[in-house]
Amino acid sequence: MPITCEFEYHKPKTLPEALKLLTDKGSCVLAGGTDLLVWMKEGLRAPKTVVDIKGIAGMGGFTLSASALRIGACVTFSELIESDVVRKKLPMLWECSRTVASVGVRNRATLAGNICSAVPSLDSAPALLVYDAVVEVRGPKATRKVPVAEWFTGVKRTALKPGELVTAVIIPLTKKKAGSCYVKLGRYRGEDLAQVGVAVLALADNEYRVAFCAVGPVPTRAKKIEALLSGKELDDALIAQAKELVPQEISPITDIRSSKEYRLHMARVMLARGLKAACARLAGDAPATGDNLV
Amino acid sequence: MKKIAIEFKLNGTQRQVEVEPSDTLLEALRERVGAKSPKCGCDRGDCGTCTVSFNGKTVRSCLVLAVEADGAEIVTLEGISKEPSKLQKEFAQRNAFQCGFCAPGIVMSATELLGKKKKPTREEIQEAIAGNLCRCTGYTPIVEAIEAAANGGK
Repeated sequence: MPITCEFEYHKPKTLPEALKLLTDKGSCVLAGGTDLLVWMKEGLRAPKTVVDIKGIAGMGGFTLSASALRIGACVTFSELIESDVVRKKLPMLWECSRTVASVGVRNRATLAGNICSAVPSLDSAPALLVYDAVVEVRGPKATRKVPVAEWFTGVKRTALKPGELVTAVIIPLTKKKAGSCYVKLGRYRGEDLAQVGVAVLALADNEYRVAFCAVGPVPTRAKKIEALLSGKELDDALIAQAKELVPQEISPITDIRSSKEYRLHMARVMLARGLKAACARLAGDAPATGDNLV
Repeated sequence: MKKIAIEFKLNGTQRQVEVEPSDTLLEALRERVGAKSPKCGCDRGDCGTCTVSFNGKTVRSCLVLAVEADGAEIVTLEGISKEPSKLQKEFAQRNAFQCGFCAPGIVMSATELLGKKKKPTREEIQEAIAGNLCRCTGYTPIVEAIEAAANGGK
């Protein structure tokens, strides 16, 4: 299916140039293009101006400080997977990145693009939510920082305003000892969108953070489950109580990939697996990352 | 829309072409410079049969604009080596393909894998070609051919 819309292509070298181009109402940002090109082919996007941000200096790469990792807007999922810093400091981001699409797509698709596309099944969101990530946004006048918890406003909708550009995703590093797990359910292993995604971050002193994707219009933190678990040692009885709360946290729909009943059932099962795996990893009883759950 | 002149290296040779901003790299390769090994399958990045190497990394050429390739180095199946590679020989010997439509993409993905890992595990092989769909073989002979190429060295 060819792209039928007509547009001008620009590849600015500086941020001010890009921001000037983005003041045009019909403009659209191009990073990896793995969603944008599909949407243009399907007629869901018909930009007049395409602004390729890959030529702007400073939009790629990682910056590690004592308290956070800054991930530039042009960093691809393959770069996340190949990064030792990501693997060691943010193992769940590493783990979820490996479940995104396929190698050829990950070589191109960016983390920033993933959260800008904001489809409900995006694999990176649960990890970003439990890590309390912040989106760095540059507008015509100022830079602002949007917590990921406030970023997703609807299906394919975000807090990004017209004329703004995401320049980085900033993830604070957890000070406490942590164990984490991202559990994804696809219809088969290999390339597929999530039917359900669950992220569990278990921190020392029985602090837990839980987030879901693909089971509601936006990916969300499961605050009721977190409150239940907080301060308690994980055991089977507690896991059973947490599973009871799942229907209050998510609102799955039936679509081509699965029914809402199946999603709801699997969200409970996967929460239990994720909690056990994250706690085992925190205790050092399991590899920090990897496919084999406890 | 005004055409844009771009220049890129294709299989070691510098090429200049004029493209529409809306042309994909796949369209430019097949229709403007005659590189016919990348195929148009799903045209949305799911099937992998349009896979080419872009600055050393495989991409879905149906999801890249041709203009993005300006200044890039592109390698298609035609350009991976003058003689059939060890990998290609293993594919042929084991009848790893039937209709052959997925073959260029799978060879490109497997070549990228073997460039990164000399002895990939079966799981790593499966992951490397997870985005390349084959409807004939059931994948077993393909995975075995990649394993054999890795074990046989170059």
